[in-house]
Amino acid sequence: MSLDDKHITAKKSKAWDIELCDLRLGYGDTVVLEHVTDTFPGGKITAILGGSGCGKSTLLRHILGLRTPMSGQIYLDGRDIFTMPKKEFRRMRRRMGVLFQDGALLGALTLGENVGLPLTENTRLSKSVIRDVVRYKLSLVGLEEFADYYPNELSGGMRKRAGLARALVMDPPLLLCDEPTSGLDPINAAQMDQLLLSLKQEFPDMTIVTVSHDLASVKTIADHVLMLHNKTVIFAGSGEELYASEDPYVRRFLSRKAVPGKITGIELSSEVRAELDRWISQ
Amino acid sequence: MQPAKEPARFPANLGVPAIRFIDEAGSMLLFLLSALRRIVSPHQFSKIVAQIYVIGAQSFFLIALIGIFTGMVLGLQGYYTLVQFGSEGMLGAAVALSLIRELGPVLSALMIAGRAGSAMTAEIGVMRITDQIDALEVMDINPISYLVSPRIVASIIAFPMLTAVFDVIGILGGYLTGVVMLGINSGVYFYRIENATTMTDVSGGFAKSVAFAILVTLACCYKGYMAHTRTDGAGPVAVGNATTSAVVLSCVFVLMADYVLTSVLL
Repeated sequence: MSLDDKHITAKKSKAWDIELCDLRLGYGDTVVLEHVTDTFPGGKITAILGGSGCGKSTLLRHILGLRTPMSGQIYLDGRDIFTMPKKEFRRMRRRMGVLFQDGALLGALTLGENVGLPLTENTRLSKSVIRDVVRYKLSLVGLEEFADYYPNELSGGMRKRAGLARALVMDPPLLLCDEPTSGLDPINAAQMDQLLLSLKQEFPDMTIVTVSHDLASVKTIADHVLMLHNKTVIFAGSGEELYASEDPYVRRFLSRKAVPGKITGIELSSEVRAELDRWISQ
Repeated sequence: MQPAKEPARFPANLGVPAIRFIDEAGSMLLFLLSALRRIVSPHQFSKIVAQIYVIGAQSFFLIALIGIFTGMVLGLQGYYTLVQFGSEGMLGAAVALSLIRELGPVLSALMIAGRAGSAMTAEIGVMRITDQIDALEVMDINPISYLVSPRIVASIIAFPMLTAVFDVIGILGGYLTGVVMLGINSGVYFYRIENATTMTDVSGGFAKSVAFAILVTLACCYKGYMAHTRTDGAGPVAVGNATTSAVVLSCVFVLMADYVLTSVLL
């Protein structure tokens, strides 16, 4: 089967596959990731895993079409997002739900207005219909009581859940979450995981991609894992395969072991140390 | 043997900022055209009304305060200058023409740039660094249409109205010093205003305030929108620097445009 035939077959399925073909990503002349090749299966939860600053969010921004790769292709539902007509991609992106790191809710709008924003701006639905949809989506994340609150009146976890409600408002076939559990306490993080799993049950055709470095979360929710390190992919496969991997970095990452060697690179001179001690003791 | 001298860096040093300046000017022009093109799009009315409140109504007391003191100073200075020539009766005309032609549009624009313009830059800049603008984009909501176009329309409506307020209150300020404090005849003060002021003066002042509205809003929205590309800081520092440079650029734009428009209108 040729690549094109494969993409046409993929298009017939309701769930959106994401195919990354030899991607090279970066900013200006700086390469952040290269040789990134993998397929995120449609209708499953994929976790992009890796240490801080390894390019997870950069990869997500490219999948969203917010940045153009230096080279390579990204196929969404069998279509190359960087060669398809702009209008068509915009129509496609309208159906993607995105949860940004801190929710990225508009500070000037209430929670209800934030969640209803894509409907208010992109459709001609009546206010009463939008209000009902907003109430339903907020109830999915347990925030129906908070529709009239402003984002700055809510906790970080609530803002993330509200961001998730907004991401779900257009019934997206593809949901992308940038570190949905970062900054949350273990109970709230577990609740967010349960929320994603319950979404998966409610909408079986929804493809979910989540960027994370939270191992517990990845273990709980991920059907497929892509791990990044040293500017490239070091692992792609199922969660079970990840835990069976013999790769030394993967093992160290999973067992939360520090890199061997000195933690500090340089030492203070005795004069500087003495001066500092003198001021601290005063 | 002497090493070869390095070629003079002067032209290169001159060229880099020049290219950067032209690049930014072009980028601002495209930004403006993009915003103007999206003025007539659905759901803009409520956003325009909200922005008229922020730019216009919330600036009212500041404009009134600056207007009355400007008028009072003009009254004082004008009186002591005119009295030397025995023509203090012309004070009303001097105050009114100064305000309507020049000081009203210019000072109003500078005040609004400092108050509402800086707020615009800070708000859009914060939205940029907290992914809110990216969020709009992925929801297929054009950020320029959502954030900039309504502000431009609101400014075009609010600036001339605030300028009118500034002019009227300034004329009353001149009345306070000239008539109430220094004893010029009240009838003469208003008669001279009516006699000297033509519709051309009024429409010229309004034309200036419309031009200033577009320039100030452009400078402030652009600087906020591009806060993430700044090289002199990142995050909140970039927003702070963007706000400072937006207000400075607005002031420069207003004064430069004032000279150009005055030379055209005179």
